[in-house]
Amino acid sequence: MVDQLPPVRPATPPLSPASVLLRLAGIGGVVAVILGGFYYVNGTLDPQRLSPGKLVNALEHNNGVHPGYRRNHAKGLCVAGYFQGSGAAQALSSAQVFGTERTPVVGRFALPSGNPYAPDSSVPIRSFALRFTQANGQQWRTGMNSMPVFPVGTPEAFYQMLQAGAPEAATGKPAPGAMPAFFAAHPETAAFLQWVKTAKPSASYATERYNGINAFYLVNAAGQRQAVRWGVVPLGQDAAGAAAPDAADYLEQDLDKRLAAGPLKWQFNLTLAEAGDPTSDASKAWPEGRKVVDAGTLVLVKAQAQNDGECRDINYDPLILPSGIEGSDDPLLAARSAAYASSYVRRTGEVDQLPKEPQP
Amino acid sequence: MSAATSHFSPLARLLHWLMALMIIAMLFIGAGMAASVSARHEWLLNLHKPLGIAILLLVLVRLFVRLTTRQPPLPADLPGVQVLAAKLSHVLLYALMFILPLVGWAMISAAGDPVMLGSSLQLPGILPANPEVFAFLRKAHTYLAYLLFFTVLAHLAAALFHGWVRRDGVLQSMMRGKEG
Repeated sequence: MVDQLPPVRPATPPLSPASVLLRLAGIGGVVAVILGGFYYVNGTLDPQRLSPGKLVNALEHNNGVHPGYRRNHAKGLCVAGYFQGSGAAQALSSAQVFGTERTPVVGRFALPSGNPYAPDSSVPIRSFALRFTQANGQQWRTGMNSMPVFPVGTPEAFYQMLQAGAPEAATGKPAPGAMPAFFAAHPETAAFLQWVKTAKPSASYATERYNGINAFYLVNAAGQRQAVRWGVVPLGQDAAGAAAPDAADYLEQDLDKRLAAGPLKWQFNLTLAEAGDPTSDASKAWPEGRKVVDAGTLVLVKAQAQNDGECRDINYDPLILPSGIEGSDDPLLAARSAAYASSYVRRTGEVDQLPKEPQP
Repeated sequence: MSAATSHFSPLARLLHWLMALMIIAMLFIGAGMAASVSARHEWLLNLHKPLGIAILLLVLVRLFVRLTTRQPPLPADLPGVQVLAAKLSHVLLYALMFILPLVGWAMISAAGDPVMLGSSLQLPGILPANPEVFAFLRKAHTYLAYLLFFTVLAHLAAALFHGWVRRDGVLQSMMRGKEG
């Protein structure tokens, strides 16, 4: 067969069968090395690695899968309003939001659990997420919580905490000693445990302070960087302390009632780090007495049910930041960004399965 | 000039090798960032987006170069099934090089996220925000990326087969010019 073909170019000496095999093996070797490298990088050949999917699977395992809902902080409601900058933070950050123009905001209040039917009184923590849309099109998204520190400082420790809280097949509850054993093995949880000892489920989302917890950098027009943590403090709302009703769903009605009476306001505070304050560990509070800049007033004017509200399709990824705000070396930031992305693609593919109204 | 050429034009070769490097880097960056919760996730993502747009721009230049320069013909003795595989795999490579960055851009748009190529460079969204469209495009981005990875791998294996086993000048036509 070979000798039927005319030579198309100066003949090269034919390869021996052994040489052909060797060369084919060489090609196979090149392909295998690239394939192996790729499947290591994508995690298949590195099963120990903590991936976004693993974190979200753990949340689903602990809370059940509720199609269409966020895999964590599943129960909540949408709110909308604006941020009125004071101008006081302009020296610290070039972000447009810190000017004195109003910036529209779409936010979300929620409970910190992956169960969209959790009773409002089941946890003493409430969360508040915000999306600021600047006039230049850039966005700032942040998720805040009513506690002052995060229980742990790394995604690995967070994953272990989820595993400690995993329900056992027989009882449907976590193993009795698992959580205490986790806390004992993680002394960094002390500040959070101290706070949670006296924390009570609040009767309202409106009376809470919410803390960004993770550190960020503000960058001003001259390129100077200042590490900060941010948070909001309620303005003129009833003081906390009113006992929470012993009911499953009261936070949404409370907020609707308050908004019907008028806008709700919070002061947006930037706490400035001093040298040595940890930016990479959200489980550690910064010392008292740090300078606080009042960046402006957050004003909420309306609320919407989350299943068809504007916040439903927003992924409150803490690393979607405008020019003038940057993430810090806090390892939880990248982990939150990566895990939220995984939760987001799962739930956006299920929006048609969401009930129209929250179930009773 | 002769009717047939035995090598790709210098510009075609430059674009081929530059984009080969970028696309292989891009495939590994994408696979790595999607599987990581560490700080790597963030800095890989910040590389992924501008690199994707650069590939999209380069593939337009490359298509123009492809259509306006002469390509060396495949060897006359190449079996028909290999000729067909060569032609189809090249169509697939060009299609994926073009579609993948567009799907990436479109999915960020459909998520309602600002399309940022750096801390302040922003591209317009190319689709309105829509969760179901996002979920579809996000999954398509992954499946198409794997298809591109395997097509690139097959392309590489075929090129080495031409160069090491058939020794028919096909690999040489992309390696160097006529003088080489």
